Amino acid sequence: MGGLLIQAFIYLCAAVIAVPIAKRLGLGSVLGYLIAGIIIGPVVGLVGSETQAIQHFAEFGVVMMLFLVGLELEPWMLWRMRNRLIGLGGLQVFVTAALITGICLLFDIYWSVALAVGLIFSLSSTAIVLQTLNEKGLSRTEGGRGSFSVLLFQDIAVIPMLALIPLLALPELSASGLENSTYNLNAEKHETFSLVAGLPAWGYTLVVLGSVALVVLGGHFLSRPLFRFIADSRLREIFTASALLLVIGIALLMTLVDLSPALGTFLAGVVLANSEFRHELESSIEPFKGLLLGLFFITVGAGIDFGILFGDFALLLGLTLGVILLKGAVLFGLALLFSLKPGDGWLFTLGLAQAGEFGFVLLSFSLQNSVIPSDLAKTLSLIVALSMLLTPALFILYEKIVLPRLNPEEQQEPDSIDEQGTVVIAGVGRFGQIVNRLLVASDVHTIVLDHEAAMVDTLRKLGIQSYYGDASRPDLLHAAGIESAEVFVVAIDDRERSVEMVGYVRRHYPHIRILARAFDVNHLYLLKQAGVDLAVREMFEGSLQTGAEVLKLLGMHPFKVEKMTWAFRHHDEVGLDHLYELWDENPDIARNRAFLARAKEHGESLRGMMESDRMQAHDQSERAWTPPPKGYADSFQAEGDTAGGPDSS
Amino acid sequence: MTSTKTEKLMTNNADSSKRRILVLFAHPSLDRSEVNQPLMQATRNVEGVTLVDLYGEYPDFQVNVDLEQQRLLEHQVVVFMHPLYWYSTPAILKEWQDLVLEYGFAYGSEGTALQGKVFFSALTAGGLEAAYCAKGYNHFTIRELLYPLEQTASLCGMVYLPPFALFDARNAVDEGRLDSHVADWVRVLTALRDGRLDLKAALGLPKLNSDLHAIVQEG
Repeated sequence: MGGLLIQAFIYLCAAVIAVPIAKRLGLGSVLGYLIAGIIIGPVVGLVGSETQAIQHFAEFGVVMMLFLVGLELEPWMLWRMRNRLIGLGGLQVFVTAALITGICLLFDIYWSVALAVGLIFSLSSTAIVLQTLNEKGLSRTEGGRGSFSVLLFQDIAVIPMLALIPLLALPELSASGLENSTYNLNAEKHETFSLVAGLPAWGYTLVVLGSVALVVLGGHFLSRPLFRFIADSRLREIFTASALLLVIGIALLMTLVDLSPALGTFLAGVVLANSEFRHELESSIEPFKGLLLGLFFITVGAGIDFGILFGDFALLLGLTLGVILLKGAVLFGLALLFSLKPGDGWLFTLGLAQAGEFGFVLLSFSLQNSVIPSDLAKTLSLIVALSMLLTPALFILYEKIVLPRLNPEEQQEPDSIDEQGTVVIAGVGRFGQIVNRLLVASDVHTIVLDHEAAMVDTLRKLGIQSYYGDASRPDLLHAAGIESAEVFVVAIDDRERSVEMVGYVRRHYPHIRILARAFDVNHLYLLKQAGVDLAVREMFEGSLQTGAEVLKLLGMHPFKVEKMTWAFRHHDEVGLDHLYELWDENPDIARNRAFLARAKEHGESLRGMMESDRMQAHDQSERAWTPPPKGYADSFQAEGDTAGGPDSS
Repeated sequence: MTSTKTEKLMTNNADSSKRRILVLFAHPSLDRSEVNQPLMQATRNVEGVTLVDLYGEYPDFQVNVDLEQQRLLEHQVVVFMHPLYWYSTPAILKEWQDLVLEYGFAYGSEGTALQGKVFFSALTAGGLEAAYCAKGYNHFTIRELLYPLEQTASLCGMVYLPPFALFDARNAVDEGRLDSHVADWVRVLTALRDGRLDLKAALGLPKLNSDLHAIVQEG
């Protein structure tokens, strides 16, 4: 127990110190974890060989990551990106892998090892690049979008790669290397229970197809009633537990039939991408994924062999630069082929030229499967890490050297906006529904959140894209993509929580415009204080309209009624601003004397306004279309024989 | 036009300080506009010109009378910019006139706020120019059809100029007439602003853009 606590303390401590510092320095969290690992491993020697066992456990983070990647992949989005995804992404992976494999073959490396190396270096770092693009606000540029397509293709391509690598096993390695390999994880595999051991080929195929069908159909038909049942219990930890159960269960099933767990969870993710529980699942799994992947990178850092690094530093650096140059050249060619503008092309080229975290995953997987000898693996791991370390430098190169040299006109040219900014609507009861319907009818992309699973279900049947979840939770807002939203609408029916929500979003995302549903004046002021851009009293327009209908029934001319309601609305608006100056948070508004006095004064001024209107004086309330006084035309002087003037009778 | 008014306008012209121009723009379907949209954008970019998109500012027709009167006071030239709808302005410009040109402000014994300001329309018309005459199917010239505006200006003591007009506007883009029209418009605006437009020569023209060389002195 004590040992476990000490280990956990060391790992967490290293992460907590190194990651924020790395982020502050613009290196990104992946490098932070790597550095943390290097410090506790080879530098200080706090951790030793047990890192390999931990790494095996931490790899489960990758499985979770692919589940999340799957969750993000809505079919329509994939369809829209198909050209870039397959064109840019596919070509990048195949050409890079082929070139690197070819070069390895030139150096007389055995073909299967060469192919594995090619695959490892064809991948870039999704974690570093996406984060950097977001931080620098480049993700919406053409270069940013191209990069995203390539990264997405790579993330998907990892799955077949994981399936391919075991087939490349070197017979002599698996026979002789097993005993001395420290990464001896294959040994465990032999002991694991398998459903398909000893089955004939046709039986194996049937079992595999059956399991995949189970994941797809189960995900499609069973998950919803199950999640709704759990959601109705309103116990958050049970929802988290069931999300974890889902991922672990699928991973287990896949392992039992000798398939890649990553493939299974990825599939499950895609199946659930359309589900109303998507964002809730995302926010439940995300922290586990983050921690496990972090742990994985720490173990990679801890496994770095300083002997090799300093022994052949020049060679390693040369190889790293060679990999970056080669990848950059392929990317640059693709940018030209897909006619990206020079600025975007350079961003694309420099941004994706590193190797990535999936390279580590493939490496450790190759090692387990005896595809790559362990000394080569150590060297490769160093090259991947070095190339990632150089990524911030490449971005600096882009910003400081490339950008200033571009034609300034080209720089300023706005990017083509092919998608409108999204609107996140929290709460989709009677109020939020109407807001959403108007927006959707106007082709605005909305993301709707509600904590009533039954309500979300009904809405989905009506074809409204909505998700289950408690929108007052920051992580759910994050999963719903609040960062990239343009407008946030708070339409929930809970006073305190709507004020909290407005305050939270205002503090963390100052650029987003926030609109909120207010219950009454006091609530409206609270929302205003929390930083809302516009609060609308839910009852106001309906009540005013009812009053107007009464006036019409009483025989007042409809246009006169219209003018009265305009005047009323305007008077009320002015009064609201006026009263806000004296308002305080005290819920017992009856004790704020100054406020009461002004409210009374305001009410009287309304009556005065309406009365003076009745007397047809030239006043503010119905200034419009007030006729000029009688006999006003007498003063006009005609130049010829006719008098002019508007006929106002 | 009285002779005193014309004199006043000539002294204004000689004044070295620049005129401020208020363009009241009215187009109820801007996303389908081919000519007024680029005209509006070009107007926005001319220094010293205030452009008000009336349908944008008052989608519910509740024109803010105080604000509009204040705007009038701050400018020396007032332009209605609009497509010609049924030989007149789009509805909101009529609404604007009914509400903003109040007794005691724009007319009447104390209503002198607009005296001496320059007023005209910048309009686009669907028909061919040839149709706007006694023998054409529109039977009246564009100036004749705009008499209500001319008389409104007259009653408010403003100097009325003929309209800056583009005819056959639906075909202007296809026939490549748009760019030169926009360029002419910017030329007129800057000349008006800088006092380089000969108002006296312009008064009697059938349209303001009949012959820009005759009325604009290049600065």
